Amino acid sequence: MKLHEYQAHKLLRDFGVPSPEGEVVFDVSSAVEAYNRLGSPVVLKAQVLCGGRGKAGGVRLAKTAEEVERAAAALFSLQIKGFMVEALLIQKAVDFDEEIFFSLSMDRSSKCPCVIVSPHGGVDIETLALEKPESIYRIPIDPIEGITPQKSLEIAEILAYSDGIQGLRDLINKLYSAFVGLDALLIEINPLVRTPRGDFLALDAKIILDENGLYRHPQLDFLTKDRCDDPLLARAKELGISFLPLQGEIGCIVNGAGLAMATMDAILARGASPANFLDVGGSSNMTKIEVGFELILRNANVKAIIINIFGGITRCDEIARGVIIAKKKLNTSVPIFARMKGTNSESALKILSSADIVTSETMDELIETATSFLMA
Amino acid sequence: MSILIEADTRILIQGITGRDGAFHTERMLDYGSRIVAGVSPGKGGTSVHGVPVFDKVAEAVAMTGAEASVVFVPANRAVEALYEAADSRGIRMVVCITEKIPTIDISRIYHYYRSNLVGLLGPNCPGIISVGKASLGIMPGAIFKKGSIGVVSRSGTLTYEIVDCLSKAGFGQSTCVGLGGDAIVGTSFVEVLGKFEDDEETSAVVLIGEIGGDDEQRAAEFIMSMSKPVVAFVAGVSAPREQRMGHAGAIVFGGGESAEAKIKAFESASIPVAKSPSEVPRLVARVLNNHGGK
Repeated sequence: MKLHEYQAHKLLRDFGVPSPEGEVVFDVSSAVEAYNRLGSPVVLKAQVLCGGRGKAGGVRLAKTAEEVERAAAALFSLQIKGFMVEALLIQKAVDFDEEIFFSLSMDRSSKCPCVIVSPHGGVDIETLALEKPESIYRIPIDPIEGITPQKSLEIAEILAYSDGIQGLRDLINKLYSAFVGLDALLIEINPLVRTPRGDFLALDAKIILDENGLYRHPQLDFLTKDRCDDPLLARAKELGISFLPLQGEIGCIVNGAGLAMATMDAILARGASPANFLDVGGSSNMTKIEVGFELILRNANVKAIIINIFGGITRCDEIARGVIIAKKKLNTSVPIFARMKGTNSESALKILSSADIVTSETMDELIETATSFLMA
Repeated sequence: MSILIEADTRILIQGITGRDGAFHTERMLDYGSRIVAGVSPGKGGTSVHGVPVFDKVAEAVAMTGAEASVVFVPANRAVEALYEAADSRGIRMVVCITEKIPTIDISRIYHYYRSNLVGLLGPNCPGIISVGKASLGIMPGAIFKKGSIGVVSRSGTLTYEIVDCLSKAGFGQSTCVGLGGDAIVGTSFVEVLGKFEDDEETSAVVLIGEIGGDDEQRAAEFIMSMSKPVVAFVAGVSAPREQRMGHAGAIVFGGGESAEAKIKAFESASIPVAKSPSEVPRLVARVLNNHGGK
């Protein structure tokens, strides 16, 4: 789960990671009020859950109340990579001498948390990897022993001059505590700056939390409540459905993530395109199918629905009954194409045929029938 | 000889009294798996489908000689169960079915298992089936047919789909291994490929990959050193970037993690890649044919 920068700063401060004084605002007049409290100059930063904010003009410096008002109005009307700007972080601008790139992430290859640092921060890591690859260092951390004094020294020596080593080591330890303590998959500070007084400050902060760890952090509940204002999606999540809307016209209901992807790929290979990813998960029941249909049919572009089930644990007849109920309840005329294989598939096919749902024997036949219907 | 498990492997089920644990214990028994014990704290002395239940893994190991464990314990207690299995001084392989275990915990468990020389399959995996011999996990036994194709996959139902296509085309399987859909899992493609290479019951391998990570690229490199032919399938060509596709590990951050990059890695290593599940048996027939001609 990606967090907004202001949320990331707030969580990191609890672990002793300092950042410039700042306030989050949701409208222009609050931006000016925040400026009045913080004092000139300030930096206004659009809060969006994607990268490339700086390049898209999402960060502005302002020195007067008028400038703040103008900048805030401009930022609130900005769209960055399709994301609307709903909040701004107003930070007191700070002077700094050095910019460091620091990140801690879970490395899939070494199966370890991994620190990635560069003394040339302030630009994105992809650019850095192209322009100064020799300045990027990767230091894997043994997850059982954590950051040892030798490790923190090793990292600090890459980054700082002799007088800053101890301060940087402390900060690295705090960032690692936050990484483990929050169940993060990523903490990226870019830039981590050193002020003329020699202090280190996290000027920006990016955090991705591990959703599997959320259950042990009830204090973070507010983060999920903040964003799940869609009751149907919340209900789907509760039922264990993975759903992702896409641009195409064929709705998909599949059991299992791998088979769901393969089904979408097959649709694409036949020149059509999937309207969504939807994995109903294991032990699927009728309610899940109903919620799945509701999610798919919210999209008016959907011209057909494909149901592809390979029942191991999943009972096909139960899914079939769910399809009939959902079809009736939602009173939809969108044609449904189904293929059910495995446990109780024979009775499932009977149930479906009696409701005029086109059934197929194989996955190939299913995709072909649905896509040729669409193209006819 | 099979890979990883044998017909007589003595199996323990952790979380045997839970709904999923009890259900799949019965199915594994039906398949002929030698389940000797179950563990469920506080339920010691009872039995599930005739399998004796113990409070602790060490106790079950001492009493029954259990050597492999299948973990069905829910995520919030699975970590403890995994350490308990590794510390039991008898269990040499653990299959973790449980999904949604926090990543930092699995990262620690991975290294703990490695240093204690205990094998780990999963988490979030369907298990392993040695066809006609034993099943550890949740794979539906009925779709498998005895034969010489080794199957290794990061997914569940997609594996069943492809296995079903193989069985129908007359290509039975030796062993089918589900690695699990998380970003960090206990066993990699390369490790399983190495075992298939040494397994006299296996003549060719089907590898089922997906978006996320670079395990497929490492596999492609390894396959070049193998004597047995491999056919690959990669799911997620249609997946958008930076969006999790159901599996915790199925997400593309960098370009190397996309399905295209993985397919390219296989193709540049001259490994045939199927465009659909149904194309897998045709490619298997081709590689076996070419191979026989060598």
